[in-house]
Amino acid sequence: MCVSMYSAVWSREETTERNYYTRYHNMSEITAWMEQMKRENPDVVSSMVYGQTYERRNITLLKIGLSSTVRKKAIWMDCGIHAREWIAPAFCQYFVREILRTYKTDTKVNEMMKNLDFYITPVLNVDGYIYSWHNESTRLWRKSRSPGTGGCTCYGTDLNRNFYANWGMVGVSTDCCSETYCGTKALSESEAWAVTDMLGKMREDILAFLTIHSYSQLILVPYGHPNISAPNYDELMEVGLGAAKAIKAVHGMDYTVGTSPDVLYANSGSSRDFARLIGIPLSFTFELRDKGEHGFELPEDQIQPTCEEAYAGAQHIITYTHDKAFYSYAATVTATLWTTLLAAWVSSAILLTIICMYKQVK
Amino acid sequence: MDGLLFSDLTVWSMDWTLLILLVVPTVVHGNPTVTVRTGSGPPVGSNQHPNSVPLSEDTQTTTEVREVVVEEVMMTGMLNPSHYPARRAATVVQHYLNTRYGSPYRWIFLSKVHSGSAEDVAEMRKYQLELTMQEIISNVSGQCSAELLFPGGEGQSAPQVQASCEGLLQSNTTAQEEAFYQQHRASNNMVSGNDIPDSYGHMEPNMKPFWHLGGVASSFIMLRESNESTLYNMAQVANFTQLETEKDQLRVNYHVLLHEMISQEIIHWKLLVTWSPEQGVQVLQTELQPKCHNCEAPPNTTN
Repeated sequence: MCVSMYSAVWSREETTERNYYTRYHNMSEITAWMEQMKRENPDVVSSMVYGQTYERRNITLLKIGLSSTVRKKAIWMDCGIHAREWIAPAFCQYFVREILRTYKTDTKVNEMMKNLDFYITPVLNVDGYIYSWHNESTRLWRKSRSPGTGGCTCYGTDLNRNFYANWGMVGVSTDCCSETYCGTKALSESEAWAVTDMLGKMREDILAFLTIHSYSQLILVPYGHPNISAPNYDELMEVGLGAAKAIKAVHGMDYTVGTSPDVLYANSGSSRDFARLIGIPLSFTFELRDKGEHGFELPEDQIQPTCEEAYAGAQHIITYTHDKAFYSYAATVTATLWTTLLAAWVSSAILLTIICMYKQVK
Repeated sequence: MDGLLFSDLTVWSMDWTLLILLVVPTVVHGNPTVTVRTGSGPPVGSNQHPNSVPLSEDTQTTTEVREVVVEEVMMTGMLNPSHYPARRAATVVQHYLNTRYGSPYRWIFLSKVHSGSAEDVAEMRKYQLELTMQEIISNVSGQCSAELLFPGGEGQSAPQVQASCEGLLQSNTTAQEEAFYQQHRASNNMVSGNDIPDSYGHMEPNMKPFWHLGGVASSFIMLRESNESTLYNMAQVANFTQLETEKDQLRVNYHVLLHEMISQEIIHWKLLVTWSPEQGVQVLQTELQPKCHNCEAPPNTTN
């Protein structure tokens, strides 16, 4: 009996069980899992604490990639900016597991791990996420856990309205009890500041920014303000539609692609908009399953299929981003070299011909 | 001697060309036949584009910001089926269909918007939609044509909906409904439940029909409360309690949580619901619950 009890405890904790990735995990489990990812993959996984929440908890990301002596380009992914969207951290965990599981054998994943570093934050709104695990009545919490100010007794700011991107202009509330409360000012929340700080430091290197939410089955492109268009809107739509097609190929699910004001609602102060504004060319919000049947309380037996399809969508975007950066560059260099060679050949042939003719004439 | 010089030079240049041809591809990985994307975004490594706001500049004021609501421009004419105006209107049709046809074994959801149009008619907004709806228990889909009228002006009256569907109500629910009805109509075993689905999305199998019934009953409220700036779903049955059967109707008190997508609010409602296979779902009373501002004291979360 002691042996079976021990193995039951062991199998709940360890992620070697196949069904670890088909269950939701609380913050301490996710923290332990991050440590395990580092321990098991020390040559490709490291972690970084890049900020603190209101309640002074660490905001941690995993940096995943093959080590390199030169500075590498990066892909950013964050999950769980809204506490109740539990499928999002589950997806970040799945994504990490998947690239670690396949990078040694899949040549494409290997190539991307070589050329890129993945910066993945499994839970951004740590305070909110922990609060949503407290009991059934807190399950649907969305915002941060900072207290209200100016006599308002409610808690929390909507982190995805708090970024320095047309802050406070549209799709927000200035009532601190509201679910879309944008805060007393842009970046009033330490969680939003942490992301802003990291993106600012890395902005020359980040090629794509993905922020994961639920629900509605959408892929949103910048901007949230109805009157502002991203300069590469066509590219964003093309890549987004390609991702939606890849998603549909997995389990037949439809994901709608468009700007937030077109397919969902106008909003400002989002992290996706901020990323695009500081120059990260490919910036997307994923809204995962479902379409309202279960909403935020997506059954655990849907975690795996949701993650599989979202992974296909994310990989489409990441592959495009990678190939654009590395194949375009290489093609430009190669094309330039070919052109130079051809020019050199032609000009030396002409020169020799002229010399020859001159000699003959002489 | 000149001829010799010429051929030497030719051989020399050819040798160098050959060398470069061999060396270069190994140094630069890439295929010269790959199409280089041009004009579709900032060049690699660039961090400048017209809209970018340099972090050092403070181009936004931080003065008082009042409640900012940008008036949504009301679409008129043909609607893009994947844009929100058509989808919000289609969801209202979904709620309407559930009030008409829903039961513990029949729950209808929007599957796809095919086409739609909107126009101003007097003070009101009229939508016409072609939709696919899906009954999610039997997985049967059907095509529907619908017309909605959202009332204009200040009054908070419900939208009016007309819809006709083909094939949607095919599934034979009679046996299941009858069995459920007989099982629960006797007074000796009142059922109750809470948190359906629970935090993990789970529910006991015997709770499922009560979940469906709660969803259908919620549709009465969601239909009534809908306008062009709302999108409602039922987030959860917080709890339900079965009451004594009266006039051959099962009676259940529900406390439901509705999720309104645009405001992202969770709205609590209590309802008194009756149902029988013949009469269908009826909602006798509804009561909006106040948003609980006093339950905000942070618990001892040491997780």
